Amino acid sequence: MVETAALFSIWDVIKYDAKCAELRDNLLSNNVVGSKKEGAGRYGDRIFSNLTLIFSLLMVAILAALVIVLYLDALPAINKFGFSFFTSTDWDPVKEIFGALPAIYGTLLSAAISLIIAVPISLGAAVFLSELSPAWLSRPGSFLIELLAAIPSVIIGLWGLFVLVPFVRNPVESWLGANLGFLPLFQGPPFGVGFLSAGVILAIMIIPIITAVSRDAIRAVPDSQREAMLALGATRWEVISRAVLPYCRSGLIGATILGLGRALGETMAVTMVIGNSYALTASLFSPGVTIASKVASEFSEASGDVFIGSLVALALVLLVITLVVNIIARLLVWRMTEMRPT
Amino acid sequence: MRIVTANTSNLRRKWMSGLMLAFCGLAAAICVLILAVILGYILVHGISFINLDFITQASRPVGEAGGGMRDEIFGTLILSALGTVLALPIGLMAGVFLAEFAGPKAAAVVRFLADVLAGVPSIVVGVFAYAILVRPMHSYSALSAGVALAIIMIPIVARTAEEALRLVPSSMREAALALGVTRWRAVVGVIIPGAMTGIVTGVMLAFARIAGETAPLIFTALGSAFGVQGLFKPIGALPLQIYRYALSPYADWQQQAWAGAFLLIVLVLGINIVVRWVSSRKFR
Repeated sequence: MVETAALFSIWDVIKYDAKCAELRDNLLSNNVVGSKKEGAGRYGDRIFSNLTLIFSLLMVAILAALVIVLYLDALPAINKFGFSFFTSTDWDPVKEIFGALPAIYGTLLSAAISLIIAVPISLGAAVFLSELSPAWLSRPGSFLIELLAAIPSVIIGLWGLFVLVPFVRNPVESWLGANLGFLPLFQGPPFGVGFLSAGVILAIMIIPIITAVSRDAIRAVPDSQREAMLALGATRWEVISRAVLPYCRSGLIGATILGLGRALGETMAVTMVIGNSYALTASLFSPGVTIASKVASEFSEASGDVFIGSLVALALVLLVITLVVNIIARLLVWRMTEMRPT
Repeated sequence: MRIVTANTSNLRRKWMSGLMLAFCGLAAAICVLILAVILGYILVHGISFINLDFITQASRPVGEAGGGMRDEIFGTLILSALGTVLALPIGLMAGVFLAEFAGPKAAAVVRFLADVLAGVPSIVVGVFAYAILVRPMHSYSALSAGVALAIIMIPIVARTAEEALRLVPSSMREAALALGVTRWRAVVGVIIPGAMTGIVTGVMLAFARIAGETAPLIFTALGSAFGVQGLFKPIGALPLQIYRYALSPYADWQQQAWAGAFLLIVLVLGINIVVRWVSSRKFR
């Protein structure tokens, strides 16, 4: 067994230089080399590498535990309401009747508004940072966008509540109501707090992540693509729109979906500007609710198994949605970055 | 005639190009503008409500003027430190596993799941901490909040530690092994010290991130009117107090929320700026 391994390893050393280091590492860790001299070290190695493995598994176990624990705690609500939890619009702690539809609707609607606002800006900024800006501008630009990402959610919410909401109420909503009021989206009195403000706040919060990930995706496009397009006589925009962006398409989509994942789960800033009204409405002006804002604003005051269970069930719905969204996004982004020659 | 059409269409292409490039520049400018507006407003507006009382006094009940956020500032530091202490061993060891010991397939799976865990909304993590700690112990506690923050921090630490460890040149690794030390001694004695700047950078950034987290604290730390009373009792936190005071109808509480926001943003962005500046100088 050892001999065949050694034979193969000789082959590999000759054939792949890179493989060489890995194999040598493997030999060392299995202590085929020098195993008689350092018996104690062998146990040390095994213990240490198993320890790192255990901690990694612990990290993975947290993910599994999240799903299981939330499911178990949501059982009182799941048993009582079953599938009607998803179709009911009631939220009545007194009669203990709960339905998730308005919260799910609000979560999806506010995330959709935020994507509509954030995607063009983020893609534009990413193109600027990776293709257009001179080197001295690119690094500070990226740094500033990372700073925007670092501002705590609650602070953006505070700013949103006292600065953005009054601005959205007047002039934004009154202008939209006066000029586009024939659309159901823009009807009703301008409250300020509501889906529109929540969407704008969410857009501000997801612009940094979409920009950063798409910038990296655009940078991973090989120069030969650009040069070939330039050689055909294309303008700079044609190079970008027909060679660069299509090439890194999956990375850009992944970046957008990562942003979507953030927007769906974002809590504090949204809770502070959305107005917390549990209703289904088409108007973007009206106060609404998201899953995260409902859980944040009621959980600490909830009592009774069914009430708490319903809030946990909401959290579980949010967890499942964001898990699916994140898994899709990561797969897309990885496919893109794997193509990058390292 | 044909030449003329070619020229006009070329002109249109050039115009189109210029227009779209200008849009990209504008988009980048909008991003920076948003940052400037938010930061500027909070710094300018917040600093006017900062005074010595705010930092040295405890909060007061409604109706009593004055008071500050001393206990909440203290609480935020305690909770963030607790989260870091809990997250660091797990995150660092997982990072070591990913960078040094895992085979390519195991590494891909663990890395993927770490990224997915990092994408779990913080409010969901709060509900989880409530379910496993607050409910069985029948009390809101600093411990449960620390655990929630640690869960948020672990994947960030693991991924940044992994990247920092990978940046250590393999010549150092090989030199250590050539001296005859075992692998784990090489990792602990040579590779981790070699990656220390990167690891510290990642941990500090993660610390700044959890210091500003609010959602998981609402039903774990809860907030406390009696200061810090130990790990198993409710505890106040700066972001939590900002949230409560911002939504309160009292003008002086709202002003304190602005002052708190000023302090929190100085803490969080201060750590970010210093850490990034130092690490970029080191790597240059």
